[in-house]
Amino acid sequence: MQLDSKIPSGPIEKKWDTHRFEMKLVNPANKRKYNIIVVGSGLAGASAAASMAELGYNVKCFCYQDSPRRAHSIAAQGGINAAKNYQNDGDSIYRLFYDTVKGGDFRAREANVYRLAQISVNIIDQCAAQGVPFAREYSGLLANRSFGGAQVSRTFYARGQTGQQLLLGAYQALERQIYLGKVEMFPRTEMLDLIIIDGKARGITARNLVTGKIESFIADAVVLGTGGYGNVFYLSTNAKNSNATAIWRAYKRGAGFGNPCFTQIHPTCIPVSGDYQSKLTLMSESLRNDGRIWVPKQKGDKRPAQQIPEDDRDYYLERRYPSFGNLVPRDVASRAAKAVCDEGRGVGETALGVYLDFGAAIKRSGEDVIREKYGNLFDMYQRITDENPYKQPMRIYPAVHYTMGGLWVDYNLMSTIAGLFIIGEANFSDHGANRLGASALMQGLADGYFVIPYTIGNYLANASLQKIDSSHQGVKQVESEVSERIKKLLSIKGKRTVDSIHRELGKLVWDECGMARNAEGLKRGLEKIPGIKEEFWKNVNVLGEGQDFNQSLEKAGRVADFLELAELMFMDAFAREESCGGHFRTEYQNTEGEALRNDIDFSHAAVWEYQGEGKKPLRHKEELSFEYVHLAQRSYK
Amino acid sequence: MMNLVLYVWRQKNAQSQGQMVRYDAKNVSPDMSFLEMLDVINEELISKGQDPIAFDHDCREGICGSCGLMINGQAHGPKKATTTCQLHMRSFKDGDSIYIEPWRAKAFPVIKDLVVDRSSFDRIIQAGGYVSVSTGNAPDANSTPVPKTNADKAMDAASCIGCGACVASCPNSSAMLFTSAKIGHLGLLPQGQPERKERVLNMVTTMDKEGFGSCTNHRECEAACPKEITVDFIARMNRDYLWASLTYQKPSARGGGE
Amino acid sequence: MAITGLMGFGFVIMHMLGNLQIYLGQNVEGIYALDQYAKNLRAFGPMLYVARFGLLTIVLLHIVAAFQLTKISHQGRPVKYYKTVATGSDYASRTMRVSGPIVLLFIIYHLLDFTFGNVNPNFHEGQVYANVLASFSNPLISLFYIVAMLSLGLHMYHGLWSLFQSLGANNTKYNDLIRKFALLATLVVVIGNISIPISVLIGVIKK
Repeated sequence: MQLDSKIPSGPIEKKWDTHRFEMKLVNPANKRKYNIIVVGSGLAGASAAASMAELGYNVKCFCYQDSPRRAHSIAAQGGINAAKNYQNDGDSIYRLFYDTVKGGDFRAREANVYRLAQISVNIIDQCAAQGVPFAREYSGLLANRSFGGAQVSRTFYARGQTGQQLLLGAYQALERQIYLGKVEMFPRTEMLDLIIIDGKARGITARNLVTGKIESFIADAVVLGTGGYGNVFYLSTNAKNSNATAIWRAYKRGAGFGNPCFTQIHPTCIPVSGDYQSKLTLMSESLRNDGRIWVPKQKGDKRPAQQIPEDDRDYYLERRYPSFGNLVPRDVASRAAKAVCDEGRGVGETALGVYLDFGAAIKRSGEDVIREKYGNLFDMYQRITDENPYKQPMRIYPAVHYTMGGLWVDYNLMSTIAGLFIIGEANFSDHGANRLGASALMQGLADGYFVIPYTIGNYLANASLQKIDSSHQGVKQVESEVSERIKKLLSIKGKRTVDSIHRELGKLVWDECGMARNAEGLKRGLEKIPGIKEEFWKNVNVLGEGQDFNQSLEKAGRVADFLELAELMFMDAFAREESCGGHFRTEYQNTEGEALRNDIDFSHAAVWEYQGEGKKPLRHKEELSFEYVHLAQRSYK
Repeated sequence: MMNLVLYVWRQKNAQSQGQMVRYDAKNVSPDMSFLEMLDVINEELISKGQDPIAFDHDCREGICGSCGLMINGQAHGPKKATTTCQLHMRSFKDGDSIYIEPWRAKAFPVIKDLVVDRSSFDRIIQAGGYVSVSTGNAPDANSTPVPKTNADKAMDAASCIGCGACVASCPNSSAMLFTSAKIGHLGLLPQGQPERKERVLNMVTTMDKEGFGSCTNHRECEAACPKEITVDFIARMNRDYLWASLTYQKPSARGGGE
Repeated sequence: MAITGLMGFGFVIMHMLGNLQIYLGQNVEGIYALDQYAKNLRAFGPMLYVARFGLLTIVLLHIVAAFQLTKISHQGRPVKYYKTVATGSDYASRTMRVSGPIVLLFIIYHLLDFTFGNVNPNFHEGQVYANVLASFSNPLISLFYIVAMLSLGLHMYHGLWSLFQSLGANNTKYNDLIRKFALLATLVVVIGNISIPISVLIGVIKK
């Protein structure tokens, strides 16, 4: 596998401009001769599909939801970063670039991150022009707020629904192109495999989720914007149907998978309440601005929170990190919560939770002020837990939230398969080993609106593509493999439900490859996964027909892929013998329990190449060099 | 723990006839969400070799708009400003009977069981629910100030999640609240002004064509809306529509100078 | 619907003002004020027929619109719900399709009663006061009028605030005011009109 990152030469500020000039263009009359497939309709997919259609390409866009407006980007609450420096507080493109590389614990590609910071300003302009109702000051100008991991106010937001509003902006742009006939939309259609002909990605095989029809679609390039794989954990803040099938199928067809073990655990989620729990709900990180996190000093202290006196409380973040206190980055806060719960000091019925207490803040600024700031979050908390957070502290616990890993891409966002582009959370991304708050929306839209429309033109102008149609031998081959797989899933008719196996897998991944990992646990996991896989293929019960609306079948296909992906995660986590960002190996920590990076041996992106069924995949490296942001240990003491 | 009796609409596909089927839900925890309660029922059905109940759902945090059930005759159930996925079983009592039906409207045909096709909403948006600004066209974001009150009101309207509860709860199956929310959102912003008249004319025409009922101001939609969007936006749309009908002129056919 | 409804509302108000002249009794020449008013109206001659024709058109258009709306709504939901619980609507809005026909029946009866006199055995052209007294002395007829007026009230209350909504002639700031206005205007019309049969029955209005 050849890993050529294709980073343009020249100083970092000039790379993207130079590259844009050097890329070949497709003339407007010729654009309409090209067909492009976009899978996924979230921020990345919808913005890419709309922008490419505006340029004149013929786009086919696919999503499993009933409407592109429902993609899970919609659930992002906090905001979107942009280096506008509207607040005159010293922000700049360079600072956003610097913060992102550092926040990612030096495991991202500098050139990509710089481009992301450059483009961030255009995103805000574009979205405002679309009518995204960003928060405004009384002057009518845009408001900003501050967010974790930055010392400037650069986050733009639309109440607690920024992801929703940005997605609706992209969705509306997409619907406009559908109306104009430039995009053909396929909702309730799930990509099940990638078609490669002569070494180039030429289409997908998909299942119509309503009729069950398996159909292939041919194009000149394929773009995947299918999101992350957090649902490998079963319980996560992802949407229930978010899945890794598209990227996993592409991996199995030859696309390199970058850093699969880099997953982000968000510290402020509502804890699990019972076995029936189907997903976890995030509470915005902004709560940590006013809430104080604590647990009882004594193990197994079962008194209600209000009856535990100050002296018996341990404000462990404030104790361990006096200068950042409750505002340490996500990975640090999450690990600390796990540590106190492991000691047996967790709160709530399951003892997997810590208090997030607003008592002091309410006393200081009054209930009204707190209500104005966080009212909607408090309401949501109360709806779910039936507890009043104005009267008693919230209980929170970390949960899987985002995956920094994904398919490896070069500077042009092209994977190791020619003509296969990966955008948004689905690629291995610009966030390195840890993503800063309010940066996911930025990356998804940067890729979709402002990167892919250029780089795909360069690919198409250079590629010589033979004409094919869906009767091609290669297409038929993929189609029959997809049908076989479905048939197999439906024929097992065992005893266990898909969910029960998914839950078992999720628990294993969470326990052994979650917030803290070590060689022993990872080995244990690697031994157990094949057993779960076997159990799945022997004993799962998928009812119904293939030619039907069949949600169990959909789930089964996704879980089958998660089982394989989990194994790769474990391998990657095992191979990366260091701690960095969201990847914390307990063997690699300093005396104070902080993550210890190994820049000499691991300053690279690990890229895995599939070798075939039953064979161990190959681990390749893309060496990362840091010319602008100097390697340093993060410290939040 | 509670025991409940469910009556659930089961319908094999769009062509077949449906019916209410009784299920007993045993040992339901009050902390379960409504959909988790259905998950548990489905697990049991699968173990018994019976077809699980199909229902749409995705984010399960009240924002994607996928879920939507008519629960005991109320869209999204008895709790105000709450989607089905955020409704918890503590809203019910031990021994309750719960009737669960799909959204019912001609414009939302049933696909299976509780799953309906809401693509008519997408077609309403296609008819004009956007600002026609292509990528790269945009001026600096702060070059167009928006009065805070307008921005806030636009956000009120824009918070629509497109779930369809307004249509489902309306005695007339009207889609006025959904359509007016998008028209209100864009109409309140300076960015939405150039296309304001065409937008309202085209979107309303499409809405009518899709087979939604008419609005007779029952305000059931407002009560059912999980995002508490008010019927004031309907009035606003009516006003825009009236004005646009009276004053809209087609653009000149002479075109640009190429 | 809204526009014809608005015109209907104008007519109802004027009609009530006319009706209330029954309380003015007789003038010095012994002519009932109500009779005089009726005489004045008839003095418009052909113009009166134009007005009557106009009113008839409004009523017909209102009915046609109602049928159209009803048809669209019925088509909008081919399969009905097993169970529905009204949450946002009020009694008035839900009963428009009941209160409307009652009002229509009432109008027909009312015309036969006081305009053409077909159903009023003591009918004398021009002697409005006496005709009213004759009719309302029968408690059953009075009861019918009262029920009809209550229906009209329900119909009017929903119709009145609704028409502001449908014409987009409202504003969040004035919504409460519009509702209060609708309620007040309805109460005035209903109480004003119902007071007449009651007054007749309890003997406040007599020969």
